[in-house]
Amino acid sequence: MSIETTPAGILVIIALMAVVTLATRYGGAFVMSFVRISPRIESFINAMASSVLIAIIVPMAFSGDAGALAALATTAIIMLGTRRPLPAIAAGILVAALVRLGVG
Amino acid sequence: MDKNYPYQWQPARVRAEFFRLLPISLFVVAFGAAFGLAAVQEGLTPLQTLLMSVTVFAGASQFAAVDMWGTEVSLIPLLAVVFAINSRHLLMGASLYPVLRELPPGKRYGVLLLLTDANWAVAAQDYQNGRKNLEVIVGGGAVLWLAWVIGTGLGVYFGGLLKDPQALGLDMVLGCFLLAMALGGKKSPRTLVAWVVASVAALAAWRWLPPNIHVVVGALAGGVVGFFWLEPRQGGQPREEQEAP
Repeated sequence: MSIETTPAGILVIIALMAVVTLATRYGGAFVMSFVRISPRIESFINAMASSVLIAIIVPMAFSGDAGALAALATTAIIMLGTRRPLPAIAAGILVAALVRLGVG
Repeated sequence: MDKNYPYQWQPARVRAEFFRLLPISLFVVAFGAAFGLAAVQEGLTPLQTLLMSVTVFAGASQFAAVDMWGTEVSLIPLLAVVFAINSRHLLMGASLYPVLRELPPGKRYGVLLLLTDANWAVAAQDYQNGRKNLEVIVGGGAVLWLAWVIGTGLGVYFGGLLKDPQALGLDMVLGCFLLAMALGGKKSPRTLVAWVVASVAALAAWRWLPPNIHVVVGALAGGVVGFFWLEPRQGGQPREEQEAP
């Protein structure tokens, strides 16, 4: 099914995108409201929560350029060394920019 | 205090969390500007672009959507991509449920309106460290949303200012932020095993499965580790409530 990108068509597309996205924001909590949270389920949830971040970052590192890799490595080192997120993030971005400046 | 919904909501903390995520939001403005520029280049009007950022508020999926733009848009593939990219929200919402259930349903779903990667990462990290923090979803979400909308507006009207956000490293903001959050959390042997499993599963899914589902596959695989490997009383609520003054 195709929708023409007329003004009305675009409004429909944006509305549907908003509904689908809202459904993802609500769906997880909604489904969990029917699940009894046993220690095992809670353990699943906790392990899953910390894995979400890793599942986003690792493919990002593998598909990224040298700048992306350098940025993530820098952030990791500074974060593990200082445990302060903002300097770690800022340094990561700076290194990405510098590496790309050098390569590009 | 309602016995069924014991969460103690602190309005002052909402404001504090707004300012806590203000620095990262400045980077989100740049991201928004890149999106605004991309959208008007694909033929959306400024108002349509702003409307999308206001109502959808999910950057990666919005970029993917305008990428599929033309004189016609195939609706089902577009919505499928939007759903796949945003399906990580399902897991994020579920992971906060042990805290969310302490709020009455109306408020619970009000909070979730503003759920996104960065504020969830803070809330999840706090929860792993034994603190319940839903205020960051609202306060942090509000500043992130504002930044996304303001950035979109800047990109739409002054897009030429930021033609190449990648050269400035701005595409790495979210990645570095999430990595910092992950490393800042509590790390037990179980977490590390879950991470290894999640990495391998996410990479395999990224390589061999349809696009955009690797996050969900990886996270669920990591969750399975937790399902079979229980840690005695880690990060749960009962202990935290005993320790609270």
